Amino acid sequence: MKIPLVYNLRSLRQRPVSTLTTAVGMALVVAVFVAMMALSNGFEAALVSTGSQDNVMVLRKGANAEMSSALSREAANIVAASPFVARDPTGQSLVSPETFVVISAHRVTGELANVVVRGVGPRARDVRQSVRVVEGRWFSSGASEIVVGETLSRRFANTGIGDTFRFAGRDWTVVGRFTADGSAFESEIWGENEQFMPVFRGQVFQSITFRLQDSGAFEGVKETLEDDPRLYVDAFREQRFWENQAGLLGGILRFLAIFISSVMAIGAVFGAVNTMYAAVAARSPEIGVLLTLGFRPRNVLTSFLVEAVLIALLGGVIGCLLTLPINGLVTSTTNWNSFSELAFAFRVTPGLFVQGLIFAAVMGTLGGILPAWRAARQPVATALREA
Amino acid sequence: MKYMRLIWANLLRRKTRTVLTVLSVAVALFLFAALRSVLTAFAAAGEVGSEARLVTRSAIGITFPLPQAYAQRISALDGVREVSWANWFGGVYVDPQNFFAQFAVNDTYFPMYPEVRIPSEQLQAFNGERTAAIVGQGLMDRFGWRMGQTVTLQGTIFPGDWDFTIRGVYVPDDPSFGDESFFFHYDYLLERTNRQITPGWFILQLGNPDAAAAVSAEVDALFENSSSPTTTETEKAFNAGFVTMWGNVSFLVRAIGTAVFFAILLLAANTMMMAARERIGEVAVLKTLGFSNGLLSGLVMTEAVTISLLGGVVGILGARAVLSRSEMISSIIPGYAIEWSTVALGLGVAALLGLASGLVPAIQAGRLSVVDAFRRVA
Repeated sequence: MKIPLVYNLRSLRQRPVSTLTTAVGMALVVAVFVAMMALSNGFEAALVSTGSQDNVMVLRKGANAEMSSALSREAANIVAASPFVARDPTGQSLVSPETFVVISAHRVTGELANVVVRGVGPRARDVRQSVRVVEGRWFSSGASEIVVGETLSRRFANTGIGDTFRFAGRDWTVVGRFTADGSAFESEIWGENEQFMPVFRGQVFQSITFRLQDSGAFEGVKETLEDDPRLYVDAFREQRFWENQAGLLGGILRFLAIFISSVMAIGAVFGAVNTMYAAVAARSPEIGVLLTLGFRPRNVLTSFLVEAVLIALLGGVIGCLLTLPINGLVTSTTNWNSFSELAFAFRVTPGLFVQGLIFAAVMGTLGGILPAWRAARQPVATALREA
Repeated sequence: MKYMRLIWANLLRRKTRTVLTVLSVAVALFLFAALRSVLTAFAAAGEVGSEARLVTRSAIGITFPLPQAYAQRISALDGVREVSWANWFGGVYVDPQNFFAQFAVNDTYFPMYPEVRIPSEQLQAFNGERTAAIVGQGLMDRFGWRMGQTVTLQGTIFPGDWDFTIRGVYVPDDPSFGDESFFFHYDYLLERTNRQITPGWFILQLGNPDAAAAVSAEVDALFENSSSPTTTETEKAFNAGFVTMWGNVSFLVRAIGTAVFFAILLLAANTMMMAARERIGEVAVLKTLGFSNGLLSGLVMTEAVTISLLGGVVGILGARAVLSRSEMISSIIPGYAIEWSTVALGLGVAALLGLASGLVPAIQAGRLSVVDAFRRVA
């Protein structure tokens, strides 16, 4: 026969201080776990959501970042004219040959940081469908106008609409602000490629991005492009390319999240073992009574294990709640492939809460198993005598 | 001190509990030492570089090169003793995951860095060979390279396969300089790119570090209205700029550290309270025997601090033994080491943790009323 759950709940209420200190201790561990995973997920999500599965990005062969790539106008024309590029109803190719430079700009706080300035083609917004103007308007062709990413505009000086932003020896008017699903594009400044080309790196593009007519045909397209003797390029799925940008840093963040929380968890499990041992010792007579009443030792074992897991889950819930305020908090780091600043938000998701609760339950189980074992193994006579 | 045996006996009474508490504190202090060392390594990286050297780079952006002719004009300035220049190569060794820094440097580079030790015959060999390279000891170890070996880097900025022969190995006097960089001749890069490149940045050796601000301003003024304006700062400030690019690491580390501290504090305090609860009867007996309130509080406190300090010693020395030798960490964070200051601070934190965890039970032990206690026991 199972020992009713209410027995455990009442036991926990019987010693609120001890229950709460253990639970809060575990809550902090879960909070650190969830927060660090939220950081690492936010970072990766910003990069992954930057690329689309339906787009292909073309770089010079061997260049693993836009920064180190260079492609001629001729290459851009060849790509645009290819049959596998998606077209709009009027027959125009959905392709954006882009220039990419990193400039120094002043943060709102005054210090200098590196910012991506991307010159895009006229069809860029059809290729990158996540890009939306949220204030002002898109830049006009032929004018010294730029639009700025949402997160960038909050962090850098002179990026309000109507402001003049100076770089490359010219003044540029900020005419709009855009979002792009929280992706890395929101940390960039966009303008017209033909405007940026002469003032920056001469008559070359850094990348060509186009929409595939048939997303499934990527492998064939990649081969065609890479084998074309007129081109000297590598082709990537855009999403894959941005995923790779996360590279080392993404790995470090994930590793840190797991390493730090596991080490903390070990400490917390030791604490939980202590608490549960004390609980078992204090309730020896009760256990004796339970056994006398005819509960089996394995019922006692389960009951104490459940109790430990309950404490841990309570901690898990508190821990998850503690991380709620950091959801959406924007922080920044550097995309080391371009040395440019990349802002991203902590992403606390329901999935992370589930992971946090599982994490808590595992801690509770590990912490409870030995004391529960001891409780179940007590000879009835000794247990009762302790009273 | 005569009570040490009593405290010891109390600690040994429930061995499992004592060991577990010591271990949980040890784990906390292990993390503390690991995390604080990230901060000290970052701080050291921000300090690396001399105040007597300036770095001049393009004001437009770090990746924009500067005209070669600037070298002449800068070296003509008063207070500039020597000018050197370098470029970022950004090659890939076998796999992009094998990241390390590669610099093309001109002949005056190494003489400017006396803190980077290279045997003079190796430096000579390097100078005499077009495709020679000088490599940090750490990098040699990481890839198991040998002196004289030819390594091939795949260019990303400068396409093609680039063969280099290792002719020298450097060891930095200052660990935060990092021993995982790869240097080769700027002239080789120049030749193979058909003289299409110009320096990425200039390094200026000053005669007198006090002139840093004046010379910086002078250099930037010189090129202000050219097509390639410059930003000049001390090498230290330049490096510190890179450190800040990681983002708000110190906030992250501090936040985690605080959470760890409180998590373990709660657990340790809970254990101390449980221990105290079990001993109510004993404390009452001791009081009857004439032990003063203060003494009893002190005994509880000493017990808590002893546990905590034991944990601290285990955790911090453990971290020092394990982490200080980790190659993986030092390849990501050059100069990562658990310094003695971290050890000292960690022990302080452990002591504080002990005091805080013993506080409530110590007060309770002091305030315990003998009559109540006996009534409860009986």
